[in-house]
Amino acid sequence: MSAISELSSISRRKGKLSAEEKKANGRDNKAAYIFLLPWLVGLVAITIGPMIMSLYLSFTDYNLLQPPEWVGLDNFTRMLTDARLHNSLGVTFTYVLVGVPLQLAVALLIALVLDKGLRGLPFYRSVFYLPSLLGGSVAVAILWKQIFGTTGLVNQVLAMFGIQGPGWISDPSTALGSIILLHVWTFGAPMIIFLAGLRQIPVMYYEAAKVDGATTLQQFWRITMPMLSPILFFNLVLQIIGSFQSFTQAFIVSGGNGGPSDSTMFFTLYLYQKGFGQFDMGYASAMAWFLLVIIGVFTAINFIASKYWVFYDD
Amino acid sequence: MTTKLETLPTPDKKSGPGKPTNHRKPKVRESRGTLAFSRAQRGKALTKHAILILAGGLMIYPLLWMIVSSLRANELIFREPGLWLDSLEMSNYTDGWSALTHPFGHYMINSAIVVIGSILGNLISCSMAAYAFARLQFTGKKLFFGIMLLTIMLPFHVVIVPQYILFSQIGWVNTFWPLIVPKLLATEAFFVFLMVQFIRGIPRELDEAARIDGAGHPRIFLRVILPLMVPALATTTIFTFIWTWNDFFGALIYLTDPDMFTVPVALRAFVDSQSATSWGSLFAMSIVSLLPVFLVFLFGQRFLIKGIATTGIK
Repeated sequence: MSAISELSSISRRKGKLSAEEKKANGRDNKAAYIFLLPWLVGLVAITIGPMIMSLYLSFTDYNLLQPPEWVGLDNFTRMLTDARLHNSLGVTFTYVLVGVPLQLAVALLIALVLDKGLRGLPFYRSVFYLPSLLGGSVAVAILWKQIFGTTGLVNQVLAMFGIQGPGWISDPSTALGSIILLHVWTFGAPMIIFLAGLRQIPVMYYEAAKVDGATTLQQFWRITMPMLSPILFFNLVLQIIGSFQSFTQAFIVSGGNGGPSDSTMFFTLYLYQKGFGQFDMGYASAMAWFLLVIIGVFTAINFIASKYWVFYDD
Repeated sequence: MTTKLETLPTPDKKSGPGKPTNHRKPKVRESRGTLAFSRAQRGKALTKHAILILAGGLMIYPLLWMIVSSLRANELIFREPGLWLDSLEMSNYTDGWSALTHPFGHYMINSAIVVIGSILGNLISCSMAAYAFARLQFTGKKLFFGIMLLTIMLPFHVVIVPQYILFSQIGWVNTFWPLIVPKLLATEAFFVFLMVQFIRGIPRELDEAARIDGAGHPRIFLRVILPLMVPALATTTIFTFIWTWNDFFGALIYLTDPDMFTVPVALRAFVDSQSATSWGSLFAMSIVSLLPVFLVFLFGQRFLIKGIATTGIK
C-alpha cells in the first residue's frame, strides 16, 4: 500500500478503533514516545519549526545580517510584478506538464512490453532502471551538457546524416526541451512500479476477455488501464510533486544562471538565486510558501480528478 | 527463544498489503498441435526484443559513450560519436584527479563521511520511529502518522531558509553536520514509512511470545523486530547511499569551503573552472563519481527494486 492510499484511508477510518487497538489503547505511551523521540525532535526542530519561521520570514525583509524587518505583504506584491518570477513559473509548469506525462507514458509503454514473462526480463529491467538512479547526479547533468552542446554527441550523430543541428542547450527554444528529455530518460523508477502493478492484475480477466473475443486494444482499455489506474495516479501525484522541486539538472546544464535568456530558470533555481545568491531571505521564503501552495493545489486537483478516472477494486 | 526465529518464514515472502503477488500461471510451452500459433507468439516475442534492445541501447548509449570518451584524447570527444577506441588515453583520469585544489579522492572521502553518517542516522532513527508506529499504541498516533506521511511530500524549499539560518547560527556551515543531523532525526520520512510497511508484515505472535518471556519493548525491538527487518534496513541503506552520494542542493548551500566539498559540488567547481576546455578529464571524474552508485546498484538491485515496488517512491 502506498503512502497516498494510507493517507486517504486514515481520513476515511477516522475515529474507529479496531478491537486489537482498543485492547492495547493507552498502554505504551511512555515506550512509544521514547522510540519516537528522534523523529519528534526532528519534526519540531527541522520541519515544523522552520516552516513556521519561514512563514514569518515571508512577511519580512531579511538579509541574514540585520534582524528581519516586518514588511507585511510586500514580498507577495513584489511577486505579482516580478517578470522573472512569472517566467520561472512558466518554465516550471512546462517542465512538469510536459515532462511528467511524457515520462509516465514511456514508463508504462516499456512496462507493458516488458510484462508477459519475457525472456531476459531482469536484464532489461536493470538497463531501464539504471538511468533513474544516475539521473539526479551532477555527473549526468554534465554529460547532458556535452551531449546537447553545439558540437555534442547529438549533433555529431545528426551530422552523419548531413543535418546541422542547433546548439540545443545554447538555444533558448530547445534548452528546456533537453532538460525535459533528461527527466524522461529517468523513467525506470515509475516503470518498476507499473511492472509490480501489472503483475497484480489477475490473468483470468484477460482469459475471460479473450473468450468473449476482445481485441488486445480492448483488453488494454477495459482491463489493464482500470486495474492500473490507482498506480498511475500514485505515480502521477509523486512525479508532479517531485518535478516541481527539480533543481540540479537545470542548475548544472545552465551553469547556474538558468540561461540562455532564462529559458531554463526553474522556480527553484530562481528561489536559490534570491535566497542564497542575493541573500534576500524574506523574498525566498515567500517564494517557498508560494511553491508549497502551488504543489498543494496541483495535488488537490489530482485527488479531485481521481474520483472520475481512478478505479478501486475493493 | 530468539534463535528459533530464524527458521520462521521471512516476512518479505509473505504477501503483505501492497506486496506484489504473482497471479499469473506459469507459462506452459505450446504443444506441437499449435505450431502456427507458436510461430506467431515467437514473432511477437521477437518484435518485443527488438523494441527493448533498441530502446535500451538508446538509453544506455550516452553512458557508454561517456566512458569511452573519458579514455579518448580531448579533441576526439567533439568528433567521434562512435564507441570504438584506437588507443587508451589514461591521462584524462590522472589530470582530472588532480585538477582541483585537492586530489579528487579528498572529495570522495568527504562524500563517504556524509554518506556513512546519513546511513547510520536513517537506520537508527527511522527504525525506532517505525517500531512505534507499527507496533505501539499511544495517544496521537493517527495524527502523528498522518503528519509523518505528509512530510514525505513536503517540498524541502519551505524549510531550507530557516534551516540554513539555524545551522549558520550554531556555526555548522562548512561542516557535515547540517547534512547528517537531520537524518539522525528521522526527517527522511520515506524510510519510516517503508519500515512501518515492513514491520506490519512481521507476525505479531513473535512479539507476544517475547513479551510472555518477559521482554520489554527495547528488547523486542532489538532482538525480534530488527533481525527480521534486515531486508528493509538494506533497502534503506542502499537508497540513502545513492541519494546522499548524489545530493547536490544541500552540499551547495552548506559547503562553500573547497576543503569540505563533497563529490557533486567538487564536480560543479570543476565544470566552472574548466568551461569546455578539458571535457576528457571532466568526463573521467564524472565516471569516477558515478562508480560507487553503479556498484551499489549492481549488488543491491534486488533490494532497490523490491523497495520501489512495495512503497512506490523512486
